[in-house]
Amino acid sequence: MARLLSILNTTAARLSALYLILFAVCATFLVIYMTSLSARMLVGQTHEAINEEVRGLDRAYRRGGLPFLVRVIESRARQPGANLYLLADANGRILSGNVESLQPGVLDVMGWTERPFTYSRFGEGEARLDPRAREAEHKAMAVVFRLPNQIIVMVGRDLGEPEKFRNVMQRALVVTLAIMCAGALLIWYFVGRRALKRIDRVSEASRSIMGGDLNRRLPVSGAGDEFDRLSDNLNKMLDRIAALNEGLREVSDNIAHDLKTPLTRLRNRAEAALAGKQKTADYRAALERTIAESDQLIRTFNAILMISRLEAGYSAEATSTIDLRAILADVVELYEPLAEEQGVALEAEIDGAVTLQGNRELIGQALSNIVDNAIKYSAGSGETPAVQVSLETAASEIRLTVRDNGPGVPDADRRRVTERFVRLEESRTQPGSGLGLSLAKAVMTFHGGRLEFADNEPGLAVTMVFPAEAPKRKVETVFRKREASD
Amino acid sequence: MKILVIEDDREAADYLRNAFAEAGHTADIARDGDSGFSMAETGSYDVFVIDRMLPRRDGLSIIAELRDGGNDTPALILSALGEVDDRVTGLRAGGDDYLTKPYAFSELLARIEVLRRRAGTKDVETVYNVGDLELDRLSHTVRRAGQEIVLQPREFRLLEYMMRHAGQVVTRTMLLENVWDYHFDPQTNVIDVHISRLRGKIEKGFEKPLLHTVRGAGYMLKD
Repeated sequence: MARLLSILNTTAARLSALYLILFAVCATFLVIYMTSLSARMLVGQTHEAINEEVRGLDRAYRRGGLPFLVRVIESRARQPGANLYLLADANGRILSGNVESLQPGVLDVMGWTERPFTYSRFGEGEARLDPRAREAEHKAMAVVFRLPNQIIVMVGRDLGEPEKFRNVMQRALVVTLAIMCAGALLIWYFVGRRALKRIDRVSEASRSIMGGDLNRRLPVSGAGDEFDRLSDNLNKMLDRIAALNEGLREVSDNIAHDLKTPLTRLRNRAEAALAGKQKTADYRAALERTIAESDQLIRTFNAILMISRLEAGYSAEATSTIDLRAILADVVELYEPLAEEQGVALEAEIDGAVTLQGNRELIGQALSNIVDNAIKYSAGSGETPAVQVSLETAASEIRLTVRDNGPGVPDADRRRVTERFVRLEESRTQPGSGLGLSLAKAVMTFHGGRLEFADNEPGLAVTMVFPAEAPKRKVETVFRKREASD
Repeated sequence: MKILVIEDDREAADYLRNAFAEAGHTADIARDGDSGFSMAETGSYDVFVIDRMLPRRDGLSIIAELRDGGNDTPALILSALGEVDDRVTGLRAGGDDYLTKPYAFSELLARIEVLRRRAGTKDVETVYNVGDLELDRLSHTVRRAGQEIVLQPREFRLLEYMMRHAGQVVTRTMLLENVWDYHFDPQTNVIDVHISRLRGKIEKGFEKPLLHTVRGAGYMLKD
C-alpha cells in the first residue's frame, strides 16, 4: 500500500492523472457533440420527409377530395416501415390511418408537435395487454393540420432510429471511458513503478558513491531514454572528477616520492657542511651547491604543477592563432649554438606558414624540451651526431617531428618515456628533471593532439601531432609584455 | 633607490629589507593591502614590489587603483602562481614585471633595477655606447674601436638589450623573456651558449672584456 501511495506521489502519476482527466473530458464532449449533431441531422431529415409527405397528401386531396385522400392514406399506411398516418374527425376520433392510439392532446395542437410523443401502431393493440406493452409504444414526431371540413390529418414519423443511435453512442461512451480509465491506471502503475525503481537504483548508487565507493557508476539500462541520458552524463561527470582526483593523488605521490629524495640530499649536504671545521671556501662551495640544488627542486616542482594543471584540463591558459613555423624557427635558433657546442648538427626544414589555435609559450616549451633531449642524447654518439626538425602538414593533422641519431629508446620503453619522472636507466647520468617529455605530452593533450615516438634507425623520432582543426577553446590574444622603451 | 615592498610574510619582508639595504637601496615594508596602498599613494618610491596575495586586499587591485589614479611608478608583482595566464592577468592589471615565488634575490634585484631605469629613460637613444663598443639601432651596425662586427639578427637583439641595460645585471630568464619573448625555463642553459658566442664576437681580438658573468645572477655589460 505504501508502495502504491509512493507511486501516486510521483510526478509521472500526477501527470498521467491530469492527462486522463483531460482526455476523458475531451472524449465525453466529442461524443456528446457528435450524438447531438447526428440526432439533429436525423430529426431534420424526418422533418423533410414529413413535409414531403404532407405536400403529397395535399395534392391528393385537391385532386380527388376526401375519399381519394383516404385511399391514398390507406395504401401508404399499409407499406412496411411506413410513416404514421392518421385521419380523425373534429372530435379527435380516429377515422383512418395506421395509428391505433396516441398520447392524448397531440391532436389538439395544430402544426408541428414540439416534443416527441408516444403512440402505438394499429394491429399492435393486443400487445398492450402483455408485459411487453411498453415496447409497443414508440416515440414519434408529427405534423397535425385540419382540412377545411374540420377533418384532422396527422402525418408523423417514428423516432426509433435516432433514439437507438443515441443509446448506442451513450453506451459506447461509457465503455470507452471505462477502458481508458483502466488503461491509464495500468500504465500509470507500471510506468510509475518502473520510473520509481530506476530512481531508487540511481539514488542507491549515488549513496554508495558518496559513501566512498568512487569507482561505482550510475546504472544505465541501455534504453537510451532520458534516464539513461541523465545517468550517462552524471557518469561522465563522475569520471572527470575521478580523473582529477587521480591526477591530484598522483601529484601528491610524486611530490612525496620524488621531491623527498633531492630534499634529503639537500639537507645532508648542509649537515655535512656544518660538521667539522672547514675553510670559508668550502662553506661557500657547499652553499652554492645547495642553491643550485634548490633551483633544480623548484624547477621540478614548477614542472609538476604545470603538468597537473594542463592534464586537469582546467585552465584559462590563453590561446590564440599562432604560427607553428615561427615557434619552430625560434626554438631551433635558440638551440643552435648549444647544438654546435655539443658537436651536433641541428637542421630544420621549414617552409610555408602553419597556423593553428594554441598557446605559443606552451608549444615553445614542449618543443624546446624535445629538442633539448634530442641534442642531449645524440651528442657524442656515432660519427656525425645530428638532429633534424621537420614540419609536415597533412589533411587532418600537422606533424612536427624531431629526429636524432642517438642511442634511441628500446621498443619496450617507448611508451614509458612520457610517464612522470621516468628516466631510462642509461640516461641517469644526464641532467634533467625527467619531466620534459611528460610536460610535452601534457601540452599536446591540452592542444587536442598527441606525442608519437618512433624508431629513427638509429635514434628516436618524436612527433608532436596537432589536429589540423584545433579544438575550439576560448580564444584570447596572448598579452605581450609591455615594453615601454622598445 | 627607494623601494616599497608590500609583503605579508614577515620573514620574507625582513629578508628583502636587509638584502635591498645590502645592495644599497632602502626598502619600506607594508604588511597588508590597505596600508600598502596608502603608503604607495602618499610616499615617493622608485619601484613597488607587490605580493599578489595579501590580507585585506589583493595586490592586483592595488596596482590597478594606483594606475587609475595616475601613479606610474613601476611595479613588480610577486606571486606563487606562475602559469602563463596568471602572468597575463598580472601584467594586464598594470604590473610591469612578474616574478614567481620562489625566486632568487639576484633575479628580483636585477629586474627592479631594470624597471627603474626603464621608467627613467623615456626617450629612446638610437646609439648605445659601452666603452669602445657602439651599437647603432637605426643602421643595425655594431662597431668596436671603429671596426665593424657582423652579428646575426638575434645576436644583435641580445647585444642591444644588454647595452640598453649596461651596468646592470641581466639574468638568463630576463634575456629569454626580452630577446626571445618566451617565459619558460629551458632545461639546459641555452642562454649561456648564446652569450659566449656573442662574447666571442665582441671581445675576440680586443684586450678588454666587456661582457661579464655575475656569479649566481647573470651577466653584465660594462666598461
